[in-house]
Amino acid sequence: MMSLGTEDGVAILLTLKLAGLVTVLLLIVGTPLAWWLAHTRSAWKGPVGAVVALPLVLPPTVLGFYMLLAMGPAGPVGRMTQALGFGLLPFTFTGLVIASLLYSLPFVVQPLQAAFASLGNAPLEAAATLRAGPVDRFFTVVLPLTRPGFLTATVLGFTHTVGEFGVVLMMGGNIPGQTRVISVQIYDHVEAMEYARAHGLAAAMVIFSFLVLALLYRRQRPALL
Amino acid sequence: MSLRARLDLARPGFRLAVELEAPQRGVCALHGPSGAGKSTVLRCLAGLEPAARGRIDLGDRCWQDSARHHFLPAHRREIGYVFQDANLFPHLPVRGNLEYGMARVPIPHRRVFWDQVVELFGVGPLLARMPAGLSGGERQRVAMARAVLSSPRLLLMDEPLAALDTRSKAEILPYLERLGKELTIPMVYVSHALDEVLRLADHLILMEGGRTLDAGVPGTLLARHDPGAGDEDAGMVLEARIGAHDDTYHLSRLDFSGGTLWVARRESVMGQLVRVRILARDVSLVLTPHTDSSILNRLQAVVVEASPAHHPAQLRVRLDVDGTPLLASITRRSWDHLDLAPGRRVWAQVKSVAVL
Repeated sequence: MMSLGTEDGVAILLTLKLAGLVTVLLLIVGTPLAWWLAHTRSAWKGPVGAVVALPLVLPPTVLGFYMLLAMGPAGPVGRMTQALGFGLLPFTFTGLVIASLLYSLPFVVQPLQAAFASLGNAPLEAAATLRAGPVDRFFTVVLPLTRPGFLTATVLGFTHTVGEFGVVLMMGGNIPGQTRVISVQIYDHVEAMEYARAHGLAAAMVIFSFLVLALLYRRQRPALL
Repeated sequence: MSLRARLDLARPGFRLAVELEAPQRGVCALHGPSGAGKSTVLRCLAGLEPAARGRIDLGDRCWQDSARHHFLPAHRREIGYVFQDANLFPHLPVRGNLEYGMARVPIPHRRVFWDQVVELFGVGPLLARMPAGLSGGERQRVAMARAVLSSPRLLLMDEPLAALDTRSKAEILPYLERLGKELTIPMVYVSHALDEVLRLADHLILMEGGRTLDAGVPGTLLARHDPGAGDEDAGMVLEARIGAHDDTYHLSRLDFSGGTLWVARRESVMGQLVRVRILARDVSLVLTPHTDSSILNRLQAVVVEASPAHHPAQLRVRLDVDGTPLLASITRRSWDHLDLAPGRRVWAQVKSVAVL
């Protein structure tokens, strides 16, 4: 039997809020980063690209563990946030957002980088000779021509954040309404042997992910993954 | 509003170091073999090569002066650029492409008008189409109209015909000629095709290996240099007026300062100026005027000098036809046999004349 309780509802809302916020922030941060990676000839391209891709290969627990240390009371980030009066980030929603940003970064940056690289310089040069400045060029030429890349980045960034578990558990713990997202809620249900409730959420996740990806793949071949 | 540029750009295995000046009106052609750096010059002029050093002035406006760390970015130079492959925006219909540059020029600064340009390039029927559905020739016409609609003070054309087949080329050339005549926008035209250059250019700059070889009026310039790859293309260009038509033999007489030339009948009005090209290999020399020859055109000339041609058997002879230079390609043996020397009067027999 499947059923969803109010606790599940809270977890779903929290997850959507987290994934939505993280996706928006990632598009803002990831776009310039992907642009730089696609166009730079700097020696930093390799190292920066590798750092961005690390979450693809590391176990989420490793990532979560080091973020926990860094943001904890003795860590460099923790000391800074305390000194600035923000308190400590672990086990807060803000901490979860920051951790998710790092965790989902490659899923947004890599499709964008591939889209920017395949766009090439020619349309930008044409626009420049027609009096369009850099910002103008981005919105009137780059954005419309790389829309499939942005769509892929948005969908993958969002769904990947919805699906995270290890990083959340390490960094955010299990606070209802604060850090208890769907994946953690399912884990709790299973631990408590409430399989019916676990089914409800788990099935909802499967259906949601399937529908989103089916829509994405029907529209296009994704730029990456 | 003449264009003056001094450019220096180093790339791996290539160095561009040129100084050039183009007159304020008409078409200035950059010609030379591929790899000469012609397109790079154009890109530097457009501001698409930020690594280039030097100075560029168009009239009283300084676009670049590396000594003063002044570099006007491409979008602030008032240019129109036509790329070899048209480079239209694939996401915009023809109308959107045409409006892109025009919309970014404030109305008081617009010097050309929509109707005029759409008519000039015949792009009216294409407005609703997407670039992907256009033929190569149509695409290039849209690209030229797009560049012109941004009211440029200088048009830069990067081999606009190179990617087209012969038919499309023939379709586009008249538009280019009208462009030069009807709109008074100075143009820098890059091409490695001599026929295009000779048909369009008022001023010619020859380039090779990243340097400018020479500059001047096309006809005299080409008589001075072996243009292009070598002997096959060597020749010269002269301007002549249509002096008479002969209806019996379907011929037209062209008059120029050194004499007259008969060519196959032209459908041009009397007095019209045309350019003709005479290849060195089509010119032979005789000491007396042969009246028993099938060759129609004979010009009296004076030998100026002889220089070695690519093949050791051949000589390139420079002639003076009453002020007009002419090139002849003869064998070394003939040179000795006829006892030719600078100052010697000869008759140049012209086997064929190409009207451009």
